[in-house]
Amino acid sequence: MHKLNRNKNDATTNAHDITPDESGHFGVYGGRFVSETLIGPLEELEDAYKKYIDDPEFNAEFKSDLKHFVGRPSPLYYAESWSEKLGGAKIYLKREDLNHTGAHKINNTVGQALLARKMGKKRVIAETGAGQHGVATATVAARYGMECVVYMGAEDIKRQAINVFRIKLLGAEVVPVEAGSKTLKDALNEAMRDWVTYVDDTFYIIGTVAGPHPYPSMVRDFNAVVGKEVKEQCLEQIGQLPNVLIACVGGGSNAIGLFHPFLHHKEVSIYGVEAAGDGLETGRHAAPLSAGKPGVLHGNRTYLMEDDYGQIIETHSISAGLDYPGVGPEHAWLKDIGRAEYVSVTDDEAIQAFHDLCQIEGIIPALESSHALAYTSKIAPKMDKSEIIVVNLSGRGDKDIQTVAVHEGITI
Amino acid sequence: MNRINTCFDQIKKNDKKALIPFITAGDPSSNLTVSIMHELVRSGSDIIELGIPFSDPMADGPVIQRASERALAQGTNTDDVFRIVKNFRSEDQKTPIILMGYLNPIEIMGYENFVNKASEVGVDGLIVVDLPLEESTRLQEALKMRDLFQIFLLSPTTIKERLGKICEVASGFLYYVSLKGVTGSDKLDIKLVEEKILQIQSKTKIPLAVGFGIKDPSTAKAAGKISDAVVIGSALVKIIAEYSDNTDEMRKRIKSFMTTLRQALDSIS
Repeated sequence: MHKLNRNKNDATTNAHDITPDESGHFGVYGGRFVSETLIGPLEELEDAYKKYIDDPEFNAEFKSDLKHFVGRPSPLYYAESWSEKLGGAKIYLKREDLNHTGAHKINNTVGQALLARKMGKKRVIAETGAGQHGVATATVAARYGMECVVYMGAEDIKRQAINVFRIKLLGAEVVPVEAGSKTLKDALNEAMRDWVTYVDDTFYIIGTVAGPHPYPSMVRDFNAVVGKEVKEQCLEQIGQLPNVLIACVGGGSNAIGLFHPFLHHKEVSIYGVEAAGDGLETGRHAAPLSAGKPGVLHGNRTYLMEDDYGQIIETHSISAGLDYPGVGPEHAWLKDIGRAEYVSVTDDEAIQAFHDLCQIEGIIPALESSHALAYTSKIAPKMDKSEIIVVNLSGRGDKDIQTVAVHEGITI
Repeated sequence: MNRINTCFDQIKKNDKKALIPFITAGDPSSNLTVSIMHELVRSGSDIIELGIPFSDPMADGPVIQRASERALAQGTNTDDVFRIVKNFRSEDQKTPIILMGYLNPIEIMGYENFVNKASEVGVDGLIVVDLPLEESTRLQEALKMRDLFQIFLLSPTTIKERLGKICEVASGFLYYVSLKGVTGSDKLDIKLVEEKILQIQSKTKIPLAVGFGIKDPSTAKAAGKISDAVVIGSALVKIIAEYSDNTDEMRKRIKSFMTTLRQALDSIS
C-alpha cells in the first residue's frame, strides 16, 4: 500500500447518497435554481431523459454512434516509460484524446443531440469556454442535421481563434458574449437567456455536469462510458481494478465520467485535480472545491468562487477548460462525504507535466488533462510498484500549443 | 399589516391599477437611487422594485445586465442596498419596497440574517428570480417570521397543477412574466397574456401584476386592463443609463415617462 492518506470511506457512501434524489439534490447540492419559465422545459427534459435512458433502441443508437462516429472504446494505455521514470505506481492513461474532435466532450454531445432529436427539437445551443464543447456540439449538430448556435465569451473568442473557426466550418453560428467578464460563465448566462426565449424548438446542450437538474446526472451518465470502459479494460489488461483514479476538474464532466462507475468500489481511491492557477494563496485560481464556498449559480447549489457579498469573482487558469468559478454539484457532495479528495496544481506544475508527457510518452496532452498528470507525478513515486493509477487523459493538446508558446515567451 | 397588502387594498378600493417601476440599486449611485425612488413615487408609482445587483443576472436582458454592471462597478453591495432602503424610509413610510434579485447574495448572508436586515430597514417583499417554489421553503419560513412576502413569478410555461401549488403559498401579489424571454424583450402578445391571466384568476383572488415587455403607455394600458398592476423595468432603466451624467435631465425624463404611464393606467375605465 502506498503511504498516502486514502480517501475516507465511511458508511455514508451507498447507492442512495451518490445518486441525486428526485428533485436532483446530491445532499444539499444540485437542485433546480432557475427562473419560473424554465421549470416546465426542465421537467419536460427530465421526463424525456428518464424515458430514453433505459430505452433499448436509444441506447443501441447511442452505442453505435460512440463506436463508429466517436471511435470508442478509447484505449487504456500503459505509460511504461513515464511510470518507470517516476519510480512508483504503474500509470495507465485513458485515451479520451483519441476520440473524434479530440476530447471526452463528444460523448455527452452525442447523447444530448440524440435526445434532442427524440424530443423533436430542431435547434441546439451550447456555451463554450475553450471551444471544445462548442466544437463537439457543432459536430453533432452537423451529423444530425440541426441548426446550432454556440455562445462564447468575447475574451475567449480572442484566445481561441482556431476553435472558433472550427465551429464555423462545421456550419454553426458563434455568438460573442460581451457581458460581465466575457468568459465561460457569461457564455452560460447568455445560452440560458437564449433557451428561455426560444424554448419551444430549442435544446440546450450543456457541456458539463453543472446546471439545473437533470443536467448534472444526465451529462454524467453520458460520460460514464469512460469509467465503464476503464473498469473492463483494467480487468482485461491488468486483471485487477485500479488503486487510484485521477482526473482534472473544471466543471467536472470528464472526472465524474471516470469516477462514477467506481464510487461503490471503496477500495479505489479517487482524486479530482483543480486548477490552482498562480497558486491558491494568490487568489488567482479556479479551484472552488479547494478554496471556495457553497452557493448558488447557473441553476445549482455547489462550491463557488465568490466574494463576501455573493458576487461571482473572476477565475484564472492557464487552461481555459478549467477556468470556471463553479463545479458540478456531485463533486461538491463527493468532497463533503469524503468519497473523493480534491487537490490542486498550479499553472507551472501543469506545464511541466505537459512537457513530460510530450517528451517521455510522445503524447501532447490538453492543458486541462495536464493538471491530472501533474498530480499523478506527485503521488506515483510514493506508491508501490505493484499499484495501479488510471489518469483520464481527457483531451489532446494541439489546441493549447499557442498558449504554451506564449507562456514560455516563444513566437511560433 | 404588510405595506403591500395595504397598498393593493387601497388600489382596489379606488378602482385603480398599481404602477410598479423597477430600478437597480446603486445605478448610477447609491445616493441617486434614493432620490430616483422619491421621484418615482411623486410621479405616481405605487410600489418600488429595487434590484440587488448581481454579477450573473441570467434572467435579464442587456439593459438590466448593464445596470447591474454599473452598480457593481460603483462598489454597490448588499449593505448598500439596505442603506438605500433605510434612507428612503426616513422620508417615505408608506410606499412598499420589494427587493428583486438572485439567490446567491441572499444565500451567502444566510436567509434569516438577510430577512432580519431587510425587515429592519423597511423592505416588504422579495422576488428571487432563480428561486422557484420547490427550493423556497426555508426562505419562506424566514420571511414569515418577519411578515415579509416572497412574490412568486408565473410564466407562460407554468402548467396548471403547478399554478395551483404556487397560488396556495402566494402572498402580496403574483407577478406574471408575460413572455418567454428575458427582461426588456419586445414580443408581448397581449391576447396570449389575457388567456393565461384568466386561468390564474380562476385559481386565486390575490392581486396580479404583469411584467416583461411593458415599455410604453400603450403596452402599459393593455396589460393594466387585464391585471391589477404593471411592472416597468428596462424602459425606465434605459433613461437612467442615458442621462447618468445629467441628473437634472434624468429626473425630468423619469418624471415625464412615469407620468404618461400613470395617465395611461388611470385612463382604463
